[in-house]
Amino acid sequence: MVDQSAVGREFTSVTARVEPGRLRFFLDTLGETNPVYRDETAAQAAGFTAAPVPPTYLFCLEMMDATMPFEFLTALGIDLARVLHGEQRFDYHAPVVVGDVLTFKPRVTSVTDKKGGAMTLIVVETEVTNQAGVHVADLSRTVVVRNARPS
Amino acid sequence: MSATSPTVGDRLVHKEFPPITRHRLALYCGASGDHNPIHVDIDFAKAAGFPDVFSHGMLVMGYLGQALTDAVAPSRIRSFSTRFAAITQLGAKLTCEGTVTELIEQGGEHRGVGRNCNRSKTALPRPVLTGGGLG
Repeated sequence: MVDQSAVGREFTSVTARVEPGRLRFFLDTLGETNPVYRDETAAQAAGFTAAPVPPTYLFCLEMMDATMPFEFLTALGIDLARVLHGEQRFDYHAPVVVGDVLTFKPRVTSVTDKKGGAMTLIVVETEVTNQAGVHVADLSRTVVVRNARPS
Repeated sequence: MSATSPTVGDRLVHKEFPPITRHRLALYCGASGDHNPIHVDIDFAKAAGFPDVFSHGMLVMGYLGQALTDAVAPSRIRSFSTRFAAITQLGAKLTCEGTVTELIEQGGEHRGVGRNCNRSKTALPRPVLTGGGLG
């Protein structure tokens, strides 16, 4: 079981490029037709230098370009089959648009046992910066681990 | 949210999405980079103790985000968070409803706090919105 020693652990930084083709696949999958995401003119009219990414897309970029997308689970000895997504938060500080190259730096910020150890909540916070070094966003992911019952 | 003076209780969002299908989950697996087999491989899901595959939480949050930016320009969203209250099963038909619950001043901006939820109560997001037209 994951314990407090995991707090503060950092994982491999991920560098991801916001590519228009991959973004279009995401938009098509969600049935997203808002022109601000698809049309440069509409994006510029909305104040962006290029098409912005939808509100949850940062989460995807980190996973898409990670060499080991589930590194934090492996590193902490957690079975992927026992994990659920409990909460997700995004704090946006600056625009992210097509063409940006982002760096994600994830680290564990808390570990909490629930229900007498039947579940463990792990919070991973990820700072995101762009190619100019601008801090564009912070992500916070709460993972719920369904711990194995003692036999 | 309307561009002028929203008030607590204003309905920001109402949007319905098509039922969650296996095909959608497969597409989302590729489109999102989340290749966790629990969402696309029934054998894996069963071995993990679930009756079938189920939706990525982030697909649900993606739909909520879509409903949100239909109403509010992406540049005006400061924060967007979701608590996944229950697993979203295959066939679930999500309806996103969002209302303004609070108006605050933060970081020198007038901000509105909204609560969105979908009728199947699988997600309870709390986006914080802002913009010159608010408040």
